[in-house]
Amino acid sequence: MKRMDLVRSAAGAIIAHPMRSALTSLGVVIGVAAVVIMTSIGLGAQQRVMGAISGLGSNLIIISPSASRSGFVAQAAGTDISITGADAEALAKQLDGVVAVAPSVRGQAQLAAEGTNWNSRIEGVTPDYLIARDLSIGQGRMFDDREARQGRTVAVIGTTVARELFGEADPLGKRIRVGGSPFQVVGVLTPKGQSGFGQDQDDIVLGPLGAVRSRVVGRRVKGDAVQTIYLKTASEKDLDRVQEDATNLLRERHRIREGQDDDFQAQNMASILKASEAATQTFTILLAAVAAVSLVVGGVGIMNIMLVAVTERTREIGLRMAVGAKRADILAQFALESVALSLAGGVIGLLIGVIGTVILAKLAGWPIAIASWAAPLALGFSVLVGLVFGAYPSWRAAQLDPIEALRRE
Amino acid sequence: MIAVQDLFKIYTMGGEPLAALDGVSLSFDRGAYLSVTGPSGSGKSTLMNVLGGLDRPTRGTYTFEGEDVSGLDDDQLAHFRNQRIGFVFQSFQLLARQTALQNVELPMIYAGVSPKDREDRAIQMLGKVGLSERIHHRPTQLSGGQQQRVAIARALANSPDLLLADEPTGALDSATGKDVLALFETLNREGLTVIVVTHDASVAARAKRQIGFEDGRIVLDKVLRP
Ligand SMILES: Nc1ncnc2c1ncn2[C@@H]1O[C@H](COP(=O)(O)OP(=O)(O)O)[C@@H](O)[C@H]1O
Ligand SMILES: [Mg+2]
Repeated sequence: MKRMDLVRSAAGAIIAHPMRSALTSLGVVIGVAAVVIMTSIGLGAQQRVMGAISGLGSNLIIISPSASRSGFVAQAAGTDISITGADAEALAKQLDGVVAVAPSVRGQAQLAAEGTNWNSRIEGVTPDYLIARDLSIGQGRMFDDREARQGRTVAVIGTTVARELFGEADPLGKRIRVGGSPFQVVGVLTPKGQSGFGQDQDDIVLGPLGAVRSRVVGRRVKGDAVQTIYLKTASEKDLDRVQEDATNLLRERHRIREGQDDDFQAQNMASILKASEAATQTFTILLAAVAAVSLVVGGVGIMNIMLVAVTERTREIGLRMAVGAKRADILAQFALESVALSLAGGVIGLLIGVIGTVILAKLAGWPIAIASWAAPLALGFSVLVGLVFGAYPSWRAAQLDPIEALRRE
Repeated sequence: MIAVQDLFKIYTMGGEPLAALDGVSLSFDRGAYLSVTGPSGSGKSTLMNVLGGLDRPTRGTYTFEGEDVSGLDDDQLAHFRNQRIGFVFQSFQLLARQTALQNVELPMIYAGVSPKDREDRAIQMLGKVGLSERIHHRPTQLSGGQQQRVAIARALANSPDLLLADEPTGALDSATGKDVLALFETLNREGLTVIVVTHDASVAARAKRQIGFEDGRIVLDKVLRP
């Protein structure tokens, strides 16, 4: 039997019972739609987390005070700050393969300028901070090391702050009060937009480390302490080595003995990425597995209706055999019918899945992420479901005795 | 020549063996027109099924134009039915979802004939049985006699050597039945070998040779016409 005749006969059989075919395919429709939506959600989550993490800056090592440094009493990160500006200077001097070392303190502060108020994040940093965090100046300039050392009250602001405080006016040279202390705006950052975590990265004020620490966040950060030290390495392959060197150096400087816990923690982007990638991948696979179960349920529905079809069409099978159909022809006919039912469900399910994903993404404000393998996977799966669950009914059809079959009422 | 020799078909019913065919030998040449009569359950259909390659005898030989049909496997038998045999059934056995044309094309699909040739041939055969005006009708839109003529056109599709009709007029009124028989006679005159199973003595009398069956045995073999 020619391929086209098989296809036509399968299509004819499906169209002969449109309602029944539709209901039968529904299981696969739902299954495939679920697979597509679930994997898309998984992938979307993965991409958002990745974007968020890599948005912090590339080739970055983040050193922060340890969350729990003293035995039983777990302390919130940063309440007892263990890393200092001196640590940062030592790291900068003694480590190889480091492009930027940027100590930072930060807080939330009320801003005021020309009668307008705005609440924003303020971060006390050194000029290296821009390099470490992959930021750049859009207008004006960054304060320099000398200004930072001298504790000059100058600031670089993000575009959101500029807009909220000054509207369309040029902010350069203007004064703003940061938590009561006056700072002069010397530069505006190039806008970065929302971070992957949903934070407006342009809603920020950067000031010299010393000035911000003493005037804005002084109550929480004592002496030379800093809350974070950012280390940027020359290349990704340096990350692990530099992190190890930095850890050793800090342990030495903090006089931590062998066997004792660090009083700081160092994390690099690559390892965070890897960990979260693994986590979201597990999540995606789990979602896909749940969806695959519904595909199996759809397959059982197909098997059921194919068995009904074989029974109903016993006489047709007998007649086809009488006029020359081989058992393989009958097998192929019913297998193809089953695959066609399943595949039709798969195509519709794929469409619904894609539309559903787009709607979900719109509603949740996510970027649309549909895996490139979603379509081949979904269609491949529906063909497989049709074959597997059509196999037994088709085999039954092919095994019929033509005389018995023709005699059936 | 087509010949069966010492044909047995034994069914075991509740432990008791039942011979549907009990040592049947029969031979006939190309162009023969046989009628087979006999009471219900005497083995007429069983013989037709064996001759048509739908069934295998328990014992005995079957040669068809020098070919040993008894030795064929399932696929070879399917091919044999497709190429050599045309079946006409009492209940027509048309596919309800398909048009007359598509029903007639069916044997040619399994013969691997191209769609174009299939259609041409099917139209030609439907013309031969007088249904040129009805080729796109479905079985439900046709009378019984018309349906049986579609079935005959289908039986002729692959130019068989042997036409087997098992009570072809059983479901038809007598006038329509006569038309169908007239069609068989025409086909036979053109050289087709025809075997008709019937209850009806007047139908049987129209054949060239009459075979009588009883309890799986041939009890009558009479040449009616040359
Ligand atoms: N599949 C079967 N199993 C058991 N007995 C059968 C089967 N097919 C036919 N028979 C028996 O074989 C005998 C001949 O049947 P059949 O050839 O159909 O007779 P006819 O066509 O002359 O009425 C009957 O007694 C019938 O019951
Ligand atoms: Mg019978």
